[in-house]
Order: sequence, then structure tokens, then C-alpha cells
Amino acid sequence: MIDRLDAHFAAPLRALSARTARSEVLAANIANADTPHYKARDLNFSEALKAASRQGFGMRQTDERHLAGRSTAPLMAALQYRVPVQPSIDGNTVEVDNELAQYSNNAIYMQADLNFMNSKIRGMMTALQTQ
Amino acid sequence: MSLLNVFNITSTALSAQSQRLNVVASNLANADSAVSSNGQPYKARQVVFEALPMNPIAGGMGVKVREIIEDPSAPRMVFNPNHPLADAKGYVTMPNVNAVEEMTNMISASRTYQINVDVMNTAKTMLLKTLALGQ
Repeated sequence: MIDRLDAHFAAPLRALSARTARSEVLAANIANADTPHYKARDLNFSEALKAASRQGFGMRQTDERHLAGRSTAPLMAALQYRVPVQPSIDGNTVEVDNELAQYSNNAIYMQADLNFMNSKIRGMMTALQTQ
Repeated sequence: MSLLNVFNITSTALSAQSQRLNVVASNLANADSAVSSNGQPYKARQVVFEALPMNPIAGGMGVKVREIIEDPSAPRMVFNPNHPLADAKGYVTMPNVNAVEEMTNMISASRTYQINVDVMNTAKTMLLKTLALGQ
């Protein structure tokens, strides 16, 4: 039964993991808006989602005797450099307006994922309750 | 949790930008200081930013102030023979602070600060929504 529950939440959970990873990358871009030679990056979302479904998010090993946790490293494969529309002379490729738009967009999708999850939980609660 | 990392990243940006704002304030305050603590005219300072890797697995990059450099541009020479520091030709060496440059620097720093606060607010809203999940 528990594995069914897990499968029930798997899809929005994967999407949420990829969304949080992307929000981190976009926040890093905005933080480095004035750093010389910094290159803006973004997650290729479909690849990130694939990586998240393939590997899932797991534990990090700090000792070789630890149980093998699944790593989040495949997300790095989805990390790509952005092509700037207006490159600046100090080698920085961050365009704050674009980054902020992408960040808000990402936040809205994240909210949608949370709503999906909430409705799934509510559905399950309804099924569990006796009439 | 990646969303908590957003807080760490933006807070490095906030402290870096506030340091930049501090340097601008010091430059503007000393725009007319003909003598500084080392006996020479004050020299304008500029911050140099550097990306700071914070989470190598998910690609999080913060920002830090690598160094504060002294502006190498030539000092401003003002003709004022009555000044006690005037040279033989009557010129006083004044700081190389460019007020226009400093003002634009100030506006840029404050805008970037505001944007980072916005990012932090959005991350906070998302985190609170996640906490309220299933309630």
C-alpha cells in the first residue's frame, strides 16, 4: 500500500524537486548580476525533470560505509549557459529583467505543483474518511 | 532543501551590495578631503565582486567582495592659491572621486539590493506554502 502512496505523489514531487533546483540557479544569476565574467545559467527543465525521475533525490554519502543514497548530480547535466541578448563589456551575461521574469514564472509553476499535491492529499483524505 | 539555499545565495548578494553602498558613501563623504589618514589626498575606492560557489551539486553561486581597490585615476587639481596645501603654482591636489559615477553606482547597488529582497520574499512565500501542504 505504501508504495502505491509513493507512486501517487511521485509526479508532482519530481516536478517540485526540479522547480526548487531551478529557483536556486536563477537566484544565483540574480545575486551575481554585477559580478564580472559571471555567465548566467539555467536548467533545461525537461532534462532536469528526466534526471529527477531517473534518479530521484536521495542522501549524500560522507563515508563509504554509508548506504548508497541516490545522488542529485544528474541535475548538473541539465545546467546550461544562457545565450545573452545584450552581452556587457565586463563579460557578465546576466540580464536581470529576464532572470526575474523566469524566477517569477518558476515560482508560479511551483505554486501550481503545490496545488496539485494539495488536491491529491485532499482526495486521499476523503477516501480515508468514513462517512 | 534547495529553497533554503536561495536564502543563503541572496543573503550573500545583499551583504555584497551593502558593502558596495558603504564604499560609495565613503567616497562621497570624502569627495573634498584634501588630506586623508596617510597624509595624501583621499583616493576613491571600488569593490570587486567575485562569484562564490555555495552548492556544487545544484550549481548555486553566491557573490562576495573579492577586494576593495583604490581608483588609479589621476587626482583632481583645483586652483586655489589661498589654500594651505596649495603647491608653488597655486594648485591643490583633491581626491579623484567622480560624483556622477558614484551616484550611478549607488542607484545600481540599491536596485540590485531591492531585486534580491524580492527574490528572497518569493522564496519565503513558496516555503510557507510548502509548509502548509495538506492542511
